[in-house]
Amino acid sequence: MSLADSRDARASMRAAPSPLAAAAATRRRTRATTLTLQASGEPMLWLTAGALATALLMIVGLLALVLAHGTGTFWPSPVVRIQTTDGRLLAGEVTRSQHYRPAAAVIDALPETARAHARSLLAAGEGASRRRLVRIGNYELTGEHFAWVSDFEVARQTLPPWALVIERRTWGRFYGEPAAFHIDGAPVATEVAEIWQRYQEAIGAVQERWHRRRRLETHDVGLVNRRLEAGRLRIRSAEMAHGRSSPQRAQAESGFAAEQAQATAQFERIREEIRALDVENARYALRMRTADGQETTIALADIVRAYRANSLGIAGSLQLYLARWWEFLTDEPREANSEGGVFPAIFGTVAMTLIMSLLVTPFGVLAALYLREYARGGIATSTVRIAINNLAGVPSIVFGVFGLGFFCYIVGAGLDQLLYAEKLPTPTFGTGGILWASLTLALLTLPVVIVATEEALAAVPKSMREGSYACGASKWQTIQRIVLPRALPGIMTGMILAIARGAGEVAPLMLVGAVKLAPELPIDATSPFLHLERSFMHLGFHIYDLGFQSQNSEAAKPMVFTTTLLLIGIVASLNLMAIWLRARLRRRFVTSHF
Amino acid sequence: MGSGSGFMRAGGIQMMADTRAAGAGAAGNAGNVLDAAARGDAVTTEVHASLAAEEPAVAVEDFCLWYGASQALHDISMIVPRGKVTALIGPSGCGKSTLLRSVNRLNDLVENVRIRGDMKLSGRSIYDESVDVIALRKRMGMVFQKPNPFPMSIYENVVYPLRIDGERDRAVLDEVCEKSLRDAGLWDEAKDRLHQSALGLSGGQQQRLCIARAIAADPEVLLMDEPCSALDPIATGRIEDLIAELQGEYTILIVTHNMQQASRTSDFTAFMYLGRLIEFGGTYEIFSRPHRKATEAYVSGRFG
Repeated sequence: MSLADSRDARASMRAAPSPLAAAAATRRRTRATTLTLQASGEPMLWLTAGALATALLMIVGLLALVLAHGTGTFWPSPVVRIQTTDGRLLAGEVTRSQHYRPAAAVIDALPETARAHARSLLAAGEGASRRRLVRIGNYELTGEHFAWVSDFEVARQTLPPWALVIERRTWGRFYGEPAAFHIDGAPVATEVAEIWQRYQEAIGAVQERWHRRRRLETHDVGLVNRRLEAGRLRIRSAEMAHGRSSPQRAQAESGFAAEQAQATAQFERIREEIRALDVENARYALRMRTADGQETTIALADIVRAYRANSLGIAGSLQLYLARWWEFLTDEPREANSEGGVFPAIFGTVAMTLIMSLLVTPFGVLAALYLREYARGGIATSTVRIAINNLAGVPSIVFGVFGLGFFCYIVGAGLDQLLYAEKLPTPTFGTGGILWASLTLALLTLPVVIVATEEALAAVPKSMREGSYACGASKWQTIQRIVLPRALPGIMTGMILAIARGAGEVAPLMLVGAVKLAPELPIDATSPFLHLERSFMHLGFHIYDLGFQSQNSEAAKPMVFTTTLLLIGIVASLNLMAIWLRARLRRRFVTSHF
Repeated sequence: MGSGSGFMRAGGIQMMADTRAAGAGAAGNAGNVLDAAARGDAVTTEVHASLAAEEPAVAVEDFCLWYGASQALHDISMIVPRGKVTALIGPSGCGKSTLLRSVNRLNDLVENVRIRGDMKLSGRSIYDESVDVIALRKRMGMVFQKPNPFPMSIYENVVYPLRIDGERDRAVLDEVCEKSLRDAGLWDEAKDRLHQSALGLSGGQQQRLCIARAIAADPEVLLMDEPCSALDPIATGRIEDLIAELQGEYTILIVTHNMQQASRTSDFTAFMYLGRLIEFGGTYEIFSRPHRKATEAYVSGRFG
């Protein structure tokens, strides 16, 4: 730099007519304009911008992937009917395709007539061929959900206009064409258009009956069962309190006998009602013909939805798409979670996250208040602070193990001994449940809240505290009236971070209460409304279950993405809610001074 | 933390009388006072005779203060005359603000502060161990360098000292709010927006709000720590007018950097240098006929 400068200066001196002043001016100018690359910071600008751009790219890429896969799941695809060169007939939806190099033996195994055509196709693709994965359904007939079809095997491919896709309550999807509509076992329509019309007339009432039946089965029977269970527990607690041959026990037992008789009558009535509904529903059935000519009968009660895949049009497709989303968001899962909805999981996730926030926020704020406002600075305080920060780095499964060992097996078992002794050995709180899951995650997110709150408290201007003290306020009055309101937005930030961390956590939940299929929601209309001891479903765990535990993993795969999309959406909206709340608080409490 | 440190409270009043006697003799060689202070020697205070007639609202008695190892105040003895405005002047870091903040024991909040000596509010010790600091602070109001309104409405800001005393009577609160805002000259501007956030006021209005808050609980002493240093000239003028209006009604101790302000607003002026009180007397005398050369040099702008 200096060498170059002096050379420049010498050069300019030689050129300049007047000696010193002009030389000095030139030197000043050269020095100002020739900054080295390093000094100008240009490479650092590129480095920092590049780091940010890479981070953004990864985040956007992740969202785009989930969005692309997740939104496409419910869009109906056409049903293709394929005849292969070896005479197989199959129909179904193409789910994905890939390129591969078929072995020579595969081509040799083809019938004589098709071989040449296949070879020419392969030659055109330089030895590679496309193969498509076709969802063929009809599991009870074929034993397969999917089949691979290579392009060179295809002899004929059509889109039959009357191909129906039937989503069933059991056995997965059915692909075929209608053959007849049966009422009471006798065909009443055999012409496709008429069958379709008859089906559409009947299906509404059949589904309504089916829902009524389901409600009777789960809700009404559940109510009676719960009453019986309560009666049994009364006998047991009377026995435990007063002895086996006490009059109290006898009294409880006689009361229970009366209740039991009543319950039996109720059961009988419900069963009768269910039977009537079943009989009515069993009258209607659809006779279907598969692509390879087999015929089978599907009861209308077993059908969730049926549609003509190849003549939907845009409006029909959109309607179907939205209906499937609606079902996904509001219904319960079926077919081992790979079909149907995820409502219980949404409910469980939101309920668990909210309970967790309610637990962790006050607890964390109080701890941070002591640490920041009351504790004297020193080795002990620093140690505690470091320990809290380190707690944030502990693997989450460790918290799960702690939750199981402490909350479920010690606290929960103790509660059972004290309050639910009559139910033992069946645990009430002594096993995984939404309360223990929330507490475990509260513990997991506690450091986040403490650290954020501490920072928020530290950011409250000293002048405000002094102003309050000068007015004669005590320390607590100052904290309560000045510091906390002012720190509230920062505390909310901690809560937001805790929600973001907690809602997406799965590993510890598997140990403390998240289950594959929860029979009941943790909040419902039966007293005491909030059932904190119940296990629950969680979207994160649901994704894991779909992806790794599903029997029909190929069919579950799109659902994995859709559920992931939903989980991201829910975490985002929980965050947005908290951010909106924080913005409101900030408007109220924090404005710049000048 | 200060009250527990076991300070000496021996003979403050006598000490002050001695100082006064010694001060008259020291008037001749005042120019060396600054050098003595810089060397760390003890410096006697030149106290004008005009103060003898004043009744002290606050009496500072041989007061020393240390921040950790460094001593910030050296044997300060002075009075704050009741019902008058007393200004503390001196170059930056001379201990004016420290002395002011010692009067309502705000320095208790700073870690590692030690004190020796005592102060008295209306004859009762401020630093005695039995003193309830909170009750003590309720008897004083304080205005800070930068306006520090609380994050609440204008109304709640003004009645804050009453709120923390548990006052719930709406009529009392309304009356105090109006009187304080009127006294602080903010009533006309704020009466229509009493329940809006105080943070929406301008800087000058915020400072007048802080004054209203400081006088809301009817304090015996009003402490002002450079109340105009963060304000523009117009807002400064309004605050100075306000101090003039409050004169007589309140005992005011004001720290200022601005010598014109001190001469305009105060009855008495104390000149401090390096933690020592150099000269203390009537404002007119201090600015026109100071006894010490050092004071004269400072007020005429030759150093500091």
